[in-house]
Amino acid sequence: MTDTKTTARFVNIGERTNVTGSARFKKLVMADDYAAAVEVARQQVENGAQVIDINMDEGLLDAKAAMETFLKLIAAEPDIARVPVMIDSSKWDVIEAGLKCVSGKPIVNSISMKEGEDAFLEQARKCMAYGAAVVVMAFDETGQADTKDRKVEICARAYDLLTGIGFPPEDIIFDPNIFAVATGIEEHDRYGLDFIEAVAEIKARCPYAKTSGGLSNLSFSFRGNETVRRAMHSVFLYHAIPAGLDMAIVNAGQLDIYDDIDAELRDACEDVILCRRPDATERLIDLAESYKGRDEKAEKAAEEWRGWPVERRLEHALVKGIDAYVVEDTEEARQAVLARSGRPIEVIEGPLMDGMNVVGDLFGSGKMFLPQVVKSARVMKKAVAHLIPFIEAEKEEGAKAKGRIIMATVKGDVHDIGKNIVGVVLQCNGYEVIDLGVMVPWQDILQAARDNNADIIGLSGLITPSLDEMVTVAEEMERAGMDLPLLIGGATTSKVHTALKIDPAYSGPVIHVLDASRAVGVASRLLSDTQRDGLVDDTAAEYAHIREVRAGKGQSQLLTLAEARANYYDAYLSDKPAPPEKPGVHVFEDWDLADLRNYIDWTPFFRAWELHGNYPAILQDEVVGESARSLWDDAQAMLDKIISEKWLVAKGVCGFWPCARDHGSNAREVGGDDVIIHRVRREEHVRLPFLRQQIKKSRDRANMCLADFIDPAGDWIGGFAVGIHGIEPHSTAFREAKDDYSDILLKALADRFAEAFAERLHKHVRTDLWGYAPGEQLDNEALIKEQYRGIRPAPGYPACPDHSLKPILFDLLDAEANTGITLTENFAMYPTSAVSGFYFGHPESQYFGVARIGRDQLEDYAARRGVDMETTERWLRPNLD
Amino acid sequence: MSARESFLAEAAKRILITDGAQGTEFQKMGLVEADYAGDLGLARDQKGNNDMLNLTRPDAVEKVHRDYFDAGADIAETNTFNANRISQADYGAEHLVRELNVEAARLARRVADEYTARDGRPRFVAGGVGPTNKTLSLSPDVEDPGYREIDWDFLVDVYHEQAAALVEGGADFILIETVFDTLNCKAGIMAVKQLEAELGRDVPIMLSMTLTDLSGRNLSGHTVEAFWNAVRHARPLTVGLNCSFGATQLRPHVKVLSEIADTLIMIYPNAGLPNELGEYDEMPDTTAGLVGEWAVAGQVNVLGGCCGSTPEHIAAMTRAVQGLPPRKIPALTPEMKLAGLEPFTIAA
Repeated sequence: MTDTKTTARFVNIGERTNVTGSARFKKLVMADDYAAAVEVARQQVENGAQVIDINMDEGLLDAKAAMETFLKLIAAEPDIARVPVMIDSSKWDVIEAGLKCVSGKPIVNSISMKEGEDAFLEQARKCMAYGAAVVVMAFDETGQADTKDRKVEICARAYDLLTGIGFPPEDIIFDPNIFAVATGIEEHDRYGLDFIEAVAEIKARCPYAKTSGGLSNLSFSFRGNETVRRAMHSVFLYHAIPAGLDMAIVNAGQLDIYDDIDAELRDACEDVILCRRPDATERLIDLAESYKGRDEKAEKAAEEWRGWPVERRLEHALVKGIDAYVVEDTEEARQAVLARSGRPIEVIEGPLMDGMNVVGDLFGSGKMFLPQVVKSARVMKKAVAHLIPFIEAEKEEGAKAKGRIIMATVKGDVHDIGKNIVGVVLQCNGYEVIDLGVMVPWQDILQAARDNNADIIGLSGLITPSLDEMVTVAEEMERAGMDLPLLIGGATTSKVHTALKIDPAYSGPVIHVLDASRAVGVASRLLSDTQRDGLVDDTAAEYAHIREVRAGKGQSQLLTLAEARANYYDAYLSDKPAPPEKPGVHVFEDWDLADLRNYIDWTPFFRAWELHGNYPAILQDEVVGESARSLWDDAQAMLDKIISEKWLVAKGVCGFWPCARDHGSNAREVGGDDVIIHRVRREEHVRLPFLRQQIKKSRDRANMCLADFIDPAGDWIGGFAVGIHGIEPHSTAFREAKDDYSDILLKALADRFAEAFAERLHKHVRTDLWGYAPGEQLDNEALIKEQYRGIRPAPGYPACPDHSLKPILFDLLDAEANTGITLTENFAMYPTSAVSGFYFGHPESQYFGVARIGRDQLEDYAARRGVDMETTERWLRPNLD
Repeated sequence: MSARESFLAEAAKRILITDGAQGTEFQKMGLVEADYAGDLGLARDQKGNNDMLNLTRPDAVEKVHRDYFDAGADIAETNTFNANRISQADYGAEHLVRELNVEAARLARRVADEYTARDGRPRFVAGGVGPTNKTLSLSPDVEDPGYREIDWDFLVDVYHEQAAALVEGGADFILIETVFDTLNCKAGIMAVKQLEAELGRDVPIMLSMTLTDLSGRNLSGHTVEAFWNAVRHARPLTVGLNCSFGATQLRPHVKVLSEIADTLIMIYPNAGLPNELGEYDEMPDTTAGLVGEWAVAGQVNVLGGCCGSTPEHIAAMTRAVQGLPPRKIPALTPEMKLAGLEPFTIAA
């Protein structure tokens, strides 16, 4: 696809990013709408401009600033920045400001001998030092060259001067001035021909130099008559290029093919440009009248696909995700089916499914990406919704689905973005999906499977206790004597966990599905007569192998808890943070969403859509970049709405408490693994039990525990909970409108807001409330990279894997009353977009993973928590053998 | 004979060798904070500030130069990769930039001249100029793609300060290396051009780009050919590639560059790719064998090493290219060669 060597004979230079040439571009730049202005540049490149001319010379504009801003913005757009730019200004300081922003090799447009040789050569030297090619206007101390002889004479003189100071001749472009013809003034009649003849002579006289011209001047007399202007431009180029014209500034989207121009118009243009007859101008003017107001080409190009047969239109709409016409097209297809006495269902089974198959194929072969597929699904759903009343009126059976799949997020868990994505993808591929929603107990899952005669059950979950719940579902399926396949998915699930824990619990097929793109393949093979056994056997064998390897390999050696404690992390405790500037609990009823927007970490957002790569590089990714950009645009548009229409409310709370690391029961121990919080007003002590790494460490690494960052002699700890409220009405509205895409987008954005709030609040804590880093200056990237002092580990994550600490934290913060966030029985937070955690302010505090712990710590922990062993085991199962 | 003429004369005879990694050589010496900080009384920790050793442990720097000359190198690069105002600000040492560069160049000059005097074979000093850790082409602020942390004029001044000090200390050439941002490189070229105008003499430039992905683009997004088009006006003594990958991964890009650049080609790759522990473990003979293939194919004029390379690697390279003819600089028809992120040529 990409030419490694792009060599051109004739170059179109885009003129639309020129405020003097494009009223629209001028309006956008004047209105500071640079985002739209950048799109103009993108369109030009898409339309085939090989170089783009940028001109900001407008009296009311700070041309220098506008040039810098625009060049820096397009530098961030790889599909624009791939082509060279032409920095176009009549002011040298604007040109030089532009040269300081352009990373490739640009063209300067223009310099001339208007102000004499010294100024001309001075500017030429600077162009050399910046590494730019240069357009030289045929202009000298006495004025602009109009006749052929003057054009040639000035260009020859400039060429000799330039090559005399070592300017590379191949970097010179002469512009011998294209003037308007057919003006009615006799002296202008030869302008076209003079230019063409001058080009030939200049090329012969000045080896390696190039020639160029601004084409739109030529047809200036015919403003408003695009058909005639296009014809004149095309005819002019048809003759100028063979004469040696190398490039022209021209609207690349508006050139006609010479042979396609009406013969009569073409001849009339030719007469004018080549000055072939004295009455050429009058004749063209007369003829031009009949072309006024006709601009078929533009109309045709805009909505060409609307003229296709209805089946192709539906396919196009599905593949491109365009829902604007889908209802009318579906209706047209239904009428067509009706006309041949068919049934409405045939629209689904025919053109719509054909279209979705194309989508499925493109997705399967990596030519389409998830956000586009979800958009396609939105179009499909709208089409189907239109047909349903007709289908029901006929009392038909619904279209025969390829299979029926029950999907659920397991009990205690409320996360469903991933599950919804998988559901949409499966539906796009012709499966019927019965989505039981979130927090679904195993009883309901099994019941639904029986009631609906399901072919497959799919379980999803995000938090670690869900892994255990999935084992429970598998055990109950086994007990119920079921044999239908069980699919496992979700962020914390893994092939290894599935093989070790879930597969042994159920004798039917169990398959871990890595992401949505695999779901269709797995489902289709499971429901195929010929492929099912192969997949089931292969997977079972693979999981058995994983179990054998795990059993055989033996695990990393564990220290005893006492040994691990003795190898604690010895933080330099004198560095502990000062007491908070503002102790106590702080409640934030409604944090400004516009502020939080600046703290969003976008990389996980794209990951949620299975677009892998880091933001912002992902927007320029060769493979998924286009998809990512489109998703990004949609996300920005929705963010604008969320903020301006106040869809969501960010509530949060944080607090700080005096505390100390517990000395432990044994006096010889350096310290225990609990942090004891002293609640002065209530005169009570709250125990925060933390877990310690027990895996034997190499070299001098410590066996860490969060308590190690707290001084036994007295210290401070903090906690926080933030949640994003208000998603439900919008989510419901989207689902009712069959718009899963927007629904998933909204949920993903709410998650980002929650994380951004946690980041923002942490910064507020460091710089103000706790105030141990008042002068911190970090941009968002640095925040994302955690370059600040202190950590905020969350219960349920590696440093602090026990989700059951959340009730203690919530109690300390009175989080339910202060933020409206509630906890499920498995300690998932609701609303789903919520984050909670502890604050540690010690400069050496750091994130780590507790990983596997031993039986001794389990018992010790159960005792410290005052909970029975069985419960403790359930809480800590992911950290046990 | 000027340094440029002398270098061209040597390069016409044989494939020249430049040196290898310096940072890892310092690491091997087990230097501690006191070695780095010396008695300069700087407020911040200096450990890891390798450039500071020019002032505090010149003996260590000298040893590295000697080791590489002993291994067969024709060129010593001054120990000044981060000796610029931007990078030294991280160590609170920006006021020492001139001194760091002058001393580094003097040191390398003295050692080089000593080796030249010993056997009559000319040794050269390339004043090493790193990319700084700031970029002119990219915004560090995700929300504001038009934002830049630094501007052109500032960066030109930063480069100018360093280049002037290197030349003052006796560097033969200014090597603008590890170019991840083509616009930074262009600012560096501008700085050297200004210096030339001030000094009224030629200051030869060497340029070396670093790739950030296997498709052959640097961080600012330029392909190898687009980069060459964008910097060709420097009329550099050498152009080439360094760092990023091992010789295996660089091979296709070396070939491209050798075909399009009408100047000497200098390549100094890493010693392979790092292993899981982040260590380079490609053996000297392996690296030498790989770069030797370019020599056999007539694609290179100067070879050396970057990250992970050692005096043993340089010695192995010296042996591998012994007696092989250097690449001939191609004579190209003048054509207008423009560049965005991709090259664009307008045929003659």
